[in-house]
Amino acid sequence: MILWQGVLILLGMFAVTFGVRFVLFARADKVVMPTFIEKALKFVPVAVLTAIITPMILMPNQQVDFTLSNPWLLGALAAFVVGIWRQQQLLTILVGVLVFFVAKYGISL
Amino acid sequence: MNTMQHMRRGAVASIPMIIGGIPFGLLFGSLASSYGLSPWFAVAMSAFVFAGSAQFVALGLIALHAPIWVIVSTTFIVNLRHLLYAADLVKFVKHLPMPMRIVMGFGLTDETYAAVRPMYEMGSADDKNGHKVYLGSFLSFYLMWNVTTILGVISGELIPGMSEWGLEFAMVATFIGIITPYLKHNAFWLCLLSAAASSIVLSGLPNNLGLLVSAVIGVMMGYVADSSNKTTSNSDDNMQEVSK
Repeated sequence: MILWQGVLILLGMFAVTFGVRFVLFARADKVVMPTFIEKALKFVPVAVLTAIITPMILMPNQQVDFTLSNPWLLGALAAFVVGIWRQQQLLTILVGVLVFFVAKYGISL
Repeated sequence: MNTMQHMRRGAVASIPMIIGGIPFGLLFGSLASSYGLSPWFAVAMSAFVFAGSAQFVALGLIALHAPIWVIVSTTFIVNLRHLLYAADLVKFVKHLPMPMRIVMGFGLTDETYAAVRPMYEMGSADDKNGHKVYLGSFLSFYLMWNVTTILGVISGELIPGMSEWGLEFAMVATFIGIITPYLKHNAFWLCLLSAAASSIVLSGLPNNLGLLVSAVIGVMMGYVADSSNKTTSNSDDNMQEVSK
């Protein structure tokens, strides 16, 4: 990659990322959200984040791996159970990461 | 409370996700050097684009020598979800001056949205101090993301196998930590299950389109379940609770 390509990629990525985040804020004093959109929006974080991570968890090697030898699945299940049970974000993250690394490296030793 | 104290509250609410983001930033920096990209390119991307998962997808495309328009349009699609976050936050920023909205737009990430949005719901952020809380969250993430990118670039050159360690699992765990507090109501479970199932079924679609379509399906399922519930019970009260 030569310099102008790198600059162009960065400029393009900046423009679309900032554009998406800012466009509604730019007109925030004029935008009126219909009620049904307001009601649908509260499902956005769960839907988006689930759609990002599920393929990472269940298809770490591009194919569905629903077995206990899949460290991504084990770590995610552990995090999920702790998250539902205790509702403490830090604990959820730490337990999930710990189980993932034990499953990935501990078992194969 | 003064401005600093509000900003500190935003930063404190973000600490778990900042910790979850550290391995992810290290991984990004180390991947860039394992792909043979200039360290400055990775550092500049974290500084100017500031979008975790989109930066990863872009790196993968650059490594495949994808054309620039593909890289930029994929970035657009991966980040479209932020439009939905912005739509939800419009009511909290509409009274703020334009420069403040520009900064808040630049800093709108999954994590800052997840940290600050519930605070508006609980009343610990409002029209007067919400943007300060938000800035505290944004700036602490921005600092973490840029520092870990630089450290990742350096350590990636020193430790060649680092990108194989599975550090991106930290993002998975962080997102699970964001999702689980919502799951106190059937509509959110349905939203989760339908988004998860369709993201697997649609994982073959090009350019992360499966992500976008699955997110829309999840939102629609949640919305439908929620409104069909509403006719029989007072689930509005439950919903209030869920957001806390």
